[in-house]
Amino acid sequence: MKILVPIKRVVDYNVRVRVKSDGSGVETEGVKMSINPFDEIALEEALRIRERGEAEEVIVASIGGTDVQQQLRTGLAMGADRAIHVETETAPQPLTVARILLKLIERESPGIVFLGKQAIDDDCNQTAQMLAALWDRPQATFASRVELADGKATVAREVDAGLETIEIELPAVMSSDLRLNEPRFVKLPDIMKAKRKPLDVIAIADLGVEQGAGFEMLAFEPPPKRGGGKVVGSVAELVDELKNRGLL
Amino acid sequence: MSAILIIAEHDGKQLNPSTAKTVTGATGLGISQIDVVVFAADPDQVAGQAAALQGVSRVLSVAGEDFAHPLAARLAPEVKALAGDYSHILAPSTTFGKDLLPRVAALLGVNQVSDIQEVVDERTFKRPIYAGNAIVTLRVPEGIPVVATIRTASFAAAGDGGQAEVTALDAQAADPGHTRYIKTEGSDGSGPDLASAPIVVSGGRAMGSSEGFDIIYSLAARLGAAVGASRAAVDAGYVPNELQVGQTGKIIAPDLYFAVGISGAIQHLTGIKDAGTIVAINKDAEAPIFEIADLGLVGDLFELVPELEKALG
Repeated sequence: MKILVPIKRVVDYNVRVRVKSDGSGVETEGVKMSINPFDEIALEEALRIRERGEAEEVIVASIGGTDVQQQLRTGLAMGADRAIHVETETAPQPLTVARILLKLIERESPGIVFLGKQAIDDDCNQTAQMLAALWDRPQATFASRVELADGKATVAREVDAGLETIEIELPAVMSSDLRLNEPRFVKLPDIMKAKRKPLDVIAIADLGVEQGAGFEMLAFEPPPKRGGGKVVGSVAELVDELKNRGLL
Repeated sequence: MSAILIIAEHDGKQLNPSTAKTVTGATGLGISQIDVVVFAADPDQVAGQAAALQGVSRVLSVAGEDFAHPLAARLAPEVKALAGDYSHILAPSTTFGKDLLPRVAALLGVNQVSDIQEVVDERTFKRPIYAGNAIVTLRVPEGIPVVATIRTASFAAAGDGGQAEVTALDAQAADPGHTRYIKTEGSDGSGPDLASAPIVVSGGRAMGSSEGFDIIYSLAARLGAAVGASRAAVDAGYVPNELQVGQTGKIIAPDLYFAVGISGAIQHLTGIKDAGTIVAINKDAEAPIFEIADLGLVGDLFELVPELEKALG
């Protein structure tokens, strides 16, 4: 079985993101970029499944300009077997991403496509669900535990009510939540080895996917700030303040 | 002709408050026709609750044994079958809505708007990105349905007093048979619901252990509050995952929020920024939580929290 892990290049989660002063977008110039952390968790899970002998090959794929090859190399250094770069000029929105991934599924016939539940830039949380719809296969979103047996997966999902367990038939789409695993650190020899692993580049046009118009982004603004508060000196003072404000 | 369809979230007996908040979000669109669809094994009770919400025009009630647990793969084709009559299809931005609605959007061949926090007009919306560090205003092009999830913390729940008619419909799609619900493990459902409680007491990593959380539960019980937690506390295994408040957990807007031993990572602050009053209790006076707290108390939380509980009488 093959596992396909789509990864997105995003602003590193440690970077404090700032809106450009003209409101045209978010400052990304000279900012550290990384694999979307949820995608890294998905990749780690795919690697563990392969290391347990339940899959033979892990393929990482990314969509965008040449820059995304940096993240693909990181994915290869983590242990993926090969990489696919789908070249686009602009970052496509989730439906187009799902359509591109469907084309990769047709080429690769994976048993599992494992994505992060959301990217930490647009916070959409859509691509896995859309891909499952287009592929007409099961989805197990927000996964925090995955067990495979007999062509099926038993997946514990992080839902508002707690942990929900579902059973799905493979092939299927899964999306990772935070507590699925802790991704491994990449070691230097692995980075050297990753340079020799195959990385195919495919133009989006060669996949026959139209990059649709999508939504128009009109303006970006920083979030409203909460007003400055007050530090009180004692529990008694705190209780007084809360009572004065009619909260107790 | 503009009309809105809202997918109801419920547990088979009770309509989830997220649905009433989605109705409020929908009323902001200025479209008079607001229908709510209830998919359930036995939808009568939930459909009745939905029909009582102010602003709802009509409730569509669809019964089916395989609706006993909401599975996106089962429900998405049902929603698609109804979609032709609507300009807007909405669901709450809870794990229920997030799981289902992108699947619906893809079946309809359109992108989806996630987490609407403000309606500008019928096709223009504001939503948070980068964990709430930026707000984008976006427009959905003409000629396609708006498929969107509503950020429930941004809207108050619609009140009761409505008298919408309930129309029973037959299920139109078949069970794909490839997805099976097994079980849900969660809290016993005793305390108030974290997502909608007026008062929430949350603990962070500084609680140190599951036992350390006892003082949080005790204070919450005294206040009639729900218990929450930071991601760090959940990751450390002190409390179960469903208590997590923040960008990747629950986004809440209680009237009063206590952050105890929580330093205030941005992803946590994103989950509480719509709270009425934020009280921070932390031994580190420099912790970022004090930058957004309305009331701060610096000191040893293991002394202050029991003292606070006692002071409440």
